[in-house]
Amino acid sequence: MSAGVELDHVTVRFGQFTAVDDATLDIKGGEFFSFLGPSGCGKTTILRTVSGFLDPSAGKVRIGGQDMGGIGPNKRPTALIFQNLALFPLMTVADNITYGLRVRGMSKAERMKKAGELLDLIALPGQGDKLVSELSGGQKQRVAIARALAVQPKVLLLDEPLSALDLKLRQHMRTELRAIQQQVGITFIYITHDQGEALTMSDRIAVMSDGVIQQVSDGKNVYDHPDTPFVASFVGENNPFAGKVVSADGDYAAVETPHGVLRGRNDKKLKAGDRAILFVRPESFRLGGGASDATLASETISSAFEGNATHVFLKGATKKDITVTVARHGGHKIPVQGETAAIHYEPAMGVVLPEGKMARE
Amino acid sequence: MSSRLLVFLIPFAVIAIFWVMARSEKKLAHDPTHKSFFERNGMVLGITFIMLVAFWSLFLVVLPYLYMVVESFHPKLPPMQRGGPDDHLTLEQYKSFFFEPMDGSLNTTHMGAFVFTIFTSVVVTAFNFAICYPLAYYMAQAGSLQKVRLIMLALIVPYWVNEILRAFSLRLLLASKGLINQALLGLGLTEKPIDFLALDVGLYVGLSYAYLLVMIFPLYNAIESLDKNQIEAARDLGAPWWKIHRDVVIPYAKPGIASGCTMVFMLAAGSLAAPQFLGGPSTLWFTSIVYDFFFQAFNWPRGAAYAFILLAACIAFVMLMLRLFKVSLGETIK
Repeated sequence: MSAGVELDHVTVRFGQFTAVDDATLDIKGGEFFSFLGPSGCGKTTILRTVSGFLDPSAGKVRIGGQDMGGIGPNKRPTALIFQNLALFPLMTVADNITYGLRVRGMSKAERMKKAGELLDLIALPGQGDKLVSELSGGQKQRVAIARALAVQPKVLLLDEPLSALDLKLRQHMRTELRAIQQQVGITFIYITHDQGEALTMSDRIAVMSDGVIQQVSDGKNVYDHPDTPFVASFVGENNPFAGKVVSADGDYAAVETPHGVLRGRNDKKLKAGDRAILFVRPESFRLGGGASDATLASETISSAFEGNATHVFLKGATKKDITVTVARHGGHKIPVQGETAAIHYEPAMGVVLPEGKMARE
Repeated sequence: MSSRLLVFLIPFAVIAIFWVMARSEKKLAHDPTHKSFFERNGMVLGITFIMLVAFWSLFLVVLPYLYMVVESFHPKLPPMQRGGPDDHLTLEQYKSFFFEPMDGSLNTTHMGAFVFTIFTSVVVTAFNFAICYPLAYYMAQAGSLQKVRLIMLALIVPYWVNEILRAFSLRLLLASKGLINQALLGLGLTEKPIDFLALDVGLYVGLSYAYLLVMIFPLYNAIESLDKNQIEAARDLGAPWWKIHRDVVIPYAKPGIASGCTMVFMLAAGSLAAPQFLGGPSTLWFTSIVYDFFFQAFNWPRGAAYAFILLAACIAFVMLMLRLFKVSLGETIK
């Protein structure tokens, strides 16, 4: 059983500070939805507003079509997994998992049965009598998930729950979370600053910056068709080339940049004379020259071998270097330091966006 | 030698034990590079340390407490006969708590006062907990920093006023012609003034007030370290506020609660000023009896015996409570 979550022009202010500015969203039932953004962008505020710990200053939150105004967190069909998990240290694993059932008045025998089922779900069978402190980080993580799922929420809210784990475990838990979500079939709302987590797990992603939702789309679209310079620069690596549009047709625009006139897709229908930024991803560049309006050359500063790929850094017009990622199996000769290298790209892989704020490096 | 002087041998025994420990330390250590106590500290410092321990045991343990214990096992004698043939070890002082020495009848006065003292202290402790828990919770988890500071100030400043002044100003409030009675009469809520002091209201209020801080700070410390997310997690899982306190906050704060309750109980049971000034005319407080034995009847042995009865009973009671609530003594002093 799942329920959709609607944010209807939700604004949250703390005094003078606006944490969330006019967010409108429709999260479908059963969807794995992520909020992605740097710390302080307002994503946790949205989560707390949905769970009921915060009241929006303006706008409405609806869960399953029902207005949540005036309904406290203990009465909402949501369950929250905290960043630090907030397991109860003085209770056993089974008591932790079934706490939500205990406050609902379920009998001890029934609770223990339910705890057994949930422990099976999270692959910790027979560990109910342990104390939380006896578990490893990944196991605690799973107990927190089981505790939240025990109350059969329609929406599960996750506040960066993987951030405390080490890299390997984090990657493993991504797959596991996604599998659990498909198994229980409820709506997951996931908060993260880690784009890898958001891209691998989510059906859709909302990219946020400074309290404003920048783009809502699936991972592939966010990566390939960013709506704003912030999204283009925050999600994945990207090389920005700022300048002025010199010519534009329906599909493509040419931008006058410090590296010459370069062409890219004109999704935003910019016109000649508009200030614009052309974004080309490092893996979209190829070594060597190509079409004249999709080729640039610059001095090689350094290169970094990373196993499956080599990153080549060229001197850029601004402080930021141009990064070129060269795949291993291309038989390319990597330019040495000081050498002037030419690079080119497919104009379809370049994105021209109106000038705007970019993510901080 | 009189048995009451035997206790002064203890410091010498302590010195001897320390000397032996210092001597044998090197032998017991399996590390050949280990230096002995005197090699580490030098002879002069080593002896100084041992003498300091001796001083501590003599002046801070033996003289004030152990001497009293010994005293309590002796009969009351005029100074001339002390150490004489009549000065023998006896349990009569302890017996006198239960049976009147004159006629052997049950000593209901003193036992009654004892029970009343313990009972009142329990009530005061419970009352203080009931007041302090919500306040401590508010200060530790809910209140903004500014408000918490204000409350702290409001809690601490009244303690600058000395105890006697505080007790007598409470008397002024509660007396038959005091402010509260005048107000009640004026409002027509009562026909004739209520004798709050005879009803021991003054005693309860005075004792609770006197030990409010002793309760609030351990509670505040314990609750303050509780992760806010724990409270929110319980709330998110559907717990109403009272279940959050029952299941999350109180179990977590149990050591602090035990520590606060223990201190308030001990201090209340042993308090002297508040019961003397605020107790009713017929109220007999146990420590007042002890006081009278020491300073009115000059019967030190009996006073000492009574004091130790109170001490032993309080310790036993506290231990029982800690056992009942499954708190270890170590936890309460964390």
